Amino acid sequence: MATSDVKLLGAWPSPFALRVHIALNIKSIDYECLEENLLAKSQLLLQSNPVHKKVPVLIHHDKPICESLAIVQYIDEAWSSAPSILPSDPYDRAVARFWAAYIDDKWFPWLNGVANAQGAEAKKAALDQVREGLVVLEEAFGKCSKGKDFFSGDRIGYVDIALGCFLGWVYVAEKRNDVKLLVEDKMPGLAAWANKFCEDGTVKDVMPDKDELLEFANMILEARAKLNASSNN
Amino acid sequence: MADEIILLDFWPSMFGMKVRIALAEKGLKYEYRDEDLFNKGPLLLEMNPIHKKIPVLIHNGKPICESQIIVQYIDEVWKDKSPLLPSDPYHRAQARFWADYIDKKLHLLGARLWRTKGEEQEANKKEYIECLKLLEGELGDKPYFGGENFGFVDVNLMPYFSWLYVFEIAANFSIEAECPKLITWAKRCMEKESVSTSLPDHQKLYDFFLQLKKWHGIE
Repeated sequence: MATSDVKLLGAWPSPFALRVHIALNIKSIDYECLEENLLAKSQLLLQSNPVHKKVPVLIHHDKPICESLAIVQYIDEAWSSAPSILPSDPYDRAVARFWAAYIDDKWFPWLNGVANAQGAEAKKAALDQVREGLVVLEEAFGKCSKGKDFFSGDRIGYVDIALGCFLGWVYVAEKRNDVKLLVEDKMPGLAAWANKFCEDGTVKDVMPDKDELLEFANMILEARAKLNASSNN
Repeated sequence: MADEIILLDFWPSMFGMKVRIALAEKGLKYEYRDEDLFNKGPLLLEMNPIHKKIPVLIHNGKPICESQIIVQYIDEVWKDKSPLLPSDPYHRAQARFWADYIDKKLHLLGARLWRTKGEEQEANKKEYIECLKLLEGELGDKPYFGGENFGFVDVNLMPYFSWLYVFEIAANFSIEAECPKLITWAKRCMEKESVSTSLPDHQKLYDFFLQLKKWHGIE
């Protein structure tokens, strides 16, 4: 298939775009990556995702697909040969979708909340909540993986992608707040999983460098703090 | 072996309504249990320990949670009758996109409508109507969002129309002039037995809403 048939509108820091990179790699699909400047969005992005105007957008045969998890499911269905991203059994699929929804609707907003928390007490509460979520996900990992390396078993699958894309940002929150979130003795399963995920062939070349991500986060959060300070005067 | 299906639900819940419609579309027999949300039963807490929320579908003893996930599960297990998601991957992605939009945007805006007053409420009304207009654009001239047949997006949106009656009274507005195609679409959906038998009576819902306002301390 020609490379131009599959385009990904993404942004290197975006964990949501990373999900799509990984899914495309799992299926060994050749694609063209178009890097968006989120402060100056391209016409293509605005036309392809007029509702949310966000990355990632997958453009396949000139047709856009939006929302990272909808895109990952699309990739699994449009390129239906192995390896599969979602399990084949409907109940197992429901469980995988449940955990991906938990990650997106509950856990990620908590992780995001750490940067927004004002003051030491609020920060601590926000960080504790992220850790509590990881304890829940540790239990889920135990049940889903059944002793294997990934949530999906022997290879990376839907829930691995849904959670793994945030590992860089977990590192950022840990460094910025001088804490550990992925605590090995409380979450041994997830700690081992995290290392295997980052080293996986489908992930390691597309995952952004953690220290570059930290530098990027420092830059935007400092800019935001300056803006808030000046608007409060 | 006959399937054992139990639905833990709460009759005014838009999320519960989606599952009822899906089960009815597939012609499935199930046991309906209304939960007391102030006094949640042990089965609900056991079957949905993470969120402790309805709806929960229990199929042969195994729980499935989250309304959109339940509807997809029903569609995949009982795939031979009345398919809700289209077979083409691109159209499936579109259906999932719009179902997600409905759940994230409409739900939030609807809740804001009746909890706010004055200028804030006017602004919320405007935004709510804009969302409905966007959905109306997506419907176009099709009889259903699913095309010729009632589908996934139709299942996800109809319950909001059940509550729209309540919102229109509470916030004093009408969408009839703004979104005539959606009104026609909703009437067409209500002609389906699977929909009309799954949605509560408008007056009963409105009476519940008055109670809800009292609990929230809203005039």
